[in-house]
Amino acid sequence: MAKGGALQLELRGITKRFDGLVANDAIDLTVADGEIHGLLGENGAGKTTLMNVLYGLIQPDEGEILIDDKPVRFRTPKEAINAGIGMVHQHFMLVPVFTVAENVVLGVEPTRPLGLLDRRRARREVLDLSKRYGLAVDPDAYVEHLPVGIQQRVEIVKALLREASVLILDEPTAVLTPSETEELFRIMRDLKESGRSIIFISHKLKEMQAIADRITVLRRGRVVGSPPPSASDAELASLMVGREVELVVHKEPAKPGDVVLDIEDLIVLSADGMVAVNEVSLQVRAGEIVGIAGVQGNGQTELSKALLGLLPVGGGTIRIGGEDLTHTHTRDLLESGVSYVPEDRQEDGLVERFSVAENLVLDIFHRPPFASGITLHVDQIRESAKARVAEYDIRTPSIDTPARTLSGGNQQKVIIARELGRETRLVVANQPTRGLDVGSIEFVHRRLVEARDAGAAVLFVSTELDEIYALSDRIAVMYEGRIVGIVPPTVPIQELGLLMAGGALSGEGAAGADLAGTNKEPEPA
Amino acid sequence: MSETILEGQVAEGEGVPPPSSGEQGDGSGPEGPQGRPVHLALLDAVLQGNSVTVTILAIFTAMVVGGLLISFTDTTVLHAWSHLFSAPGNAFAQAWDAAAGAYSAMFEGAIVNPHTVAAAFHGGSIAAVFNPLSETATRATPLILAGLSFGVASRAGLFNIGAAGQFIGGAMIAGWIGFAVHLPIVLHIVVAVIGGFAGGAFVGWIVGFLKARTGAHEVIVTIMLNYVMEFLILYLLGLTVFRQHGRPDPISPPVASNAVLPHLFGSTLRVNVGFLIALAAAGAVWWLLERTTVGFQLRTVGLNAKAARSAGMSPERTWIIVMLIAGGLAGLAGSAVVQGTDFVLTPQIYGNYGFDAITVALLGRAKPGGTVLAALLFGALYAGGTQMQAQTQIPVDIVTVLQSLIVLFVAAPPLMREIFRLRATRAAGQTEARGWSA
Repeated sequence: MAKGGALQLELRGITKRFDGLVANDAIDLTVADGEIHGLLGENGAGKTTLMNVLYGLIQPDEGEILIDDKPVRFRTPKEAINAGIGMVHQHFMLVPVFTVAENVVLGVEPTRPLGLLDRRRARREVLDLSKRYGLAVDPDAYVEHLPVGIQQRVEIVKALLREASVLILDEPTAVLTPSETEELFRIMRDLKESGRSIIFISHKLKEMQAIADRITVLRRGRVVGSPPPSASDAELASLMVGREVELVVHKEPAKPGDVVLDIEDLIVLSADGMVAVNEVSLQVRAGEIVGIAGVQGNGQTELSKALLGLLPVGGGTIRIGGEDLTHTHTRDLLESGVSYVPEDRQEDGLVERFSVAENLVLDIFHRPPFASGITLHVDQIRESAKARVAEYDIRTPSIDTPARTLSGGNQQKVIIARELGRETRLVVANQPTRGLDVGSIEFVHRRLVEARDAGAAVLFVSTELDEIYALSDRIAVMYEGRIVGIVPPTVPIQELGLLMAGGALSGEGAAGADLAGTNKEPEPA
Repeated sequence: MSETILEGQVAEGEGVPPPSSGEQGDGSGPEGPQGRPVHLALLDAVLQGNSVTVTILAIFTAMVVGGLLISFTDTTVLHAWSHLFSAPGNAFAQAWDAAAGAYSAMFEGAIVNPHTVAAAFHGGSIAAVFNPLSETATRATPLILAGLSFGVASRAGLFNIGAAGQFIGGAMIAGWIGFAVHLPIVLHIVVAVIGGFAGGAFVGWIVGFLKARTGAHEVIVTIMLNYVMEFLILYLLGLTVFRQHGRPDPISPPVASNAVLPHLFGSTLRVNVGFLIALAAAGAVWWLLERTTVGFQLRTVGLNAKAARSAGMSPERTWIIVMLIAGGLAGLAGSAVVQGTDFVLTPQIYGNYGFDAITVALLGRAKPGGTVLAALLFGALYAGGTQMQAQTQIPVDIVTVLQSLIVLFVAAPPLMREIFRLRATRAAGQTEARGWSA
């Protein structure tokens, strides 16, 4: 079969072991031409391993790959590419200081006599592809200046230029905003129209339902089912996790008490000197959860950082429990009973090379019973770590295991155990479930509700509207640094979407909001 | 397993700006994989990327390559090669003799010399038997302290190239207290040693302070301070207060006998209390790093300054504290030299300690125990090298070559694995698991 055309792909009995751990266990997978095949599974289910086998990055221990019923063997990605397989990794393989055209042709450079790079042809080819699939990629832009969503399209162009018939997209939406995701889905449909097949990897149920033609669910390295895309959330989730999952957060109505967090006219500048939070006033009471909704980058991150003393306050006051703590050091805030779940757990929440035990005391190591004077009480720390690991069901070989070898969900459990496992009167959580699978999301939600019921004030930021609706007792919407509305969780989703887009100003924001929300079949904007 | 590792990198993609804006930069300069500044990423590769096996194999390989170098630079051997076809056996025998002779001389100079043992049985000096070991320990003393200086700073994510300058700071103060102040015997030693620590700590503090306040990169500051200190000591030795009476050259008066570090095993063996100070310092650094809140903060800041900030720590304060400690340790090395072996200040007193500190710490993987072992190895090479030059006319510089080769091979674990067909260490995380499992 000619490259670039349609082809039939089959994986038969693929098994891959890593040091006794079976990452892929006799996996069968068929991808028909012109279909979007969803590969659904939790982190660590073996999705990426399987795709790395298909792409020639690793060799399977058993099993074979068939293209149009002929067995093939890929020893290197180059052989896979030549057979018509393209992959867009989670982690883009682009050279930041090269232009789009230069990146795209890297490795297959069109040359003029004397081996000179034919830039003009490179540009033209990128433009052609970009136009044909509506990718809107500027061949002359430098990759480092492009937003993540566009960089991803450059990767797609790269695969298309190499005449990929089967395109593997590994968790492509993990780095995208809702509107970028919508745009990607449109491109995927266009590619499908042209007869290409796509293997779409994700752990997000909504995305699977929205885009996949067929779904294969992986769990612990095995294929556990092939539900139709019309399957319900609950069906998909229980297949993926292996048990019934609570998609709805069960909580009693809030019993708000005294005001714990009182923000008045708060102004925060971002690191580059722009006004990120503009005269925000907000109160959070004991025993209630306030969710901050908004499209990423509207000042939510800066607000939560300023509350923890991680960004300087440019004006206004922050009172906690009636005490003015506006310009207070992070450590003093934490000691005054604030718990903080940072947005980026690997960058801000954990030290990846530290053990689980060390990470469990990262911000309380200096307090009794873990230390007196400058002496650490290692036994206390270890004992407490063992208790926490049991209590919060952190799946780790031991408390001495480095945090970076844990799955994302378990890393987040470490942070939750640390932050909610102590006396707390205010919880500030920024995107507490980002990138987590359903099982872990359920866990985090339950713990936040428990913290509320124990009398803490909870303020959390999320860009997922599902989560906002599920958790919040009140919803505050942020747009361009301001709180543009505080609404009850009974507000219709269209209204909330409109608020998030700054009123009726832009259709794009509203479409993005819809996608992240409960719409089953999002329409392109 | 592999999937978790692969997927764990989502949020850290290189070249992809992190979605969270508004973060103060914690490291200056270009960033490598995982958002670590390039020089720290390189440091990581050396410190974490290999096992004890690799280190031992690296030493072995370096000895083999060193042996070849010795054979090929020896004039007798070279002469024999020219007759390779008429007497092939001779050439190889000569080459073997040269290398074996050099290494056995080195061994005799560094560990034990069989002749002195034999002599001791026939009424010779017992001390002579232990002289090589004493020399090794003596040479290792400042290397341990300077190596700890680099090592402790690197654990906090700082690249302390300034051990030389801090060494001079310590040597200057310890030396001045030694020759200019008059105190009773034990007190004089203690005050001078503390002065040495303080002198080095002050120089280190400048680095930490500048980094914390202005963001000045410690590599630049330490390199420049090395020059400042080198010229400062040269200037001071030109002044009457520091100049030895009646000497035209820049050399200080000798340290008063009250301030000299006492010998451990009688006056014929040079090993002195400085060696014990170095071992105690290694123990103290271990305790500090693993068993105190200060060390916990220091390690957190070193591995992830952003997480440290989120957890309420102050990277700036930590940098100042760690540079005080690192400077103090290098200062102690200066005090050990001026009070233990040299007794006078000279413009060249800092010798090669600044760079040796880096190699020793790298070889010891920035851990106190490893640093002590690495320093002992280097001490042995120096002690043995002196003996080798005296016995075999092979230049002592071969020691430097050996040291460089060791570090080169340690820095290239994949090369070692390739040569010795080792399996790559499994999850890189496994070897890095540390903490309190002991």
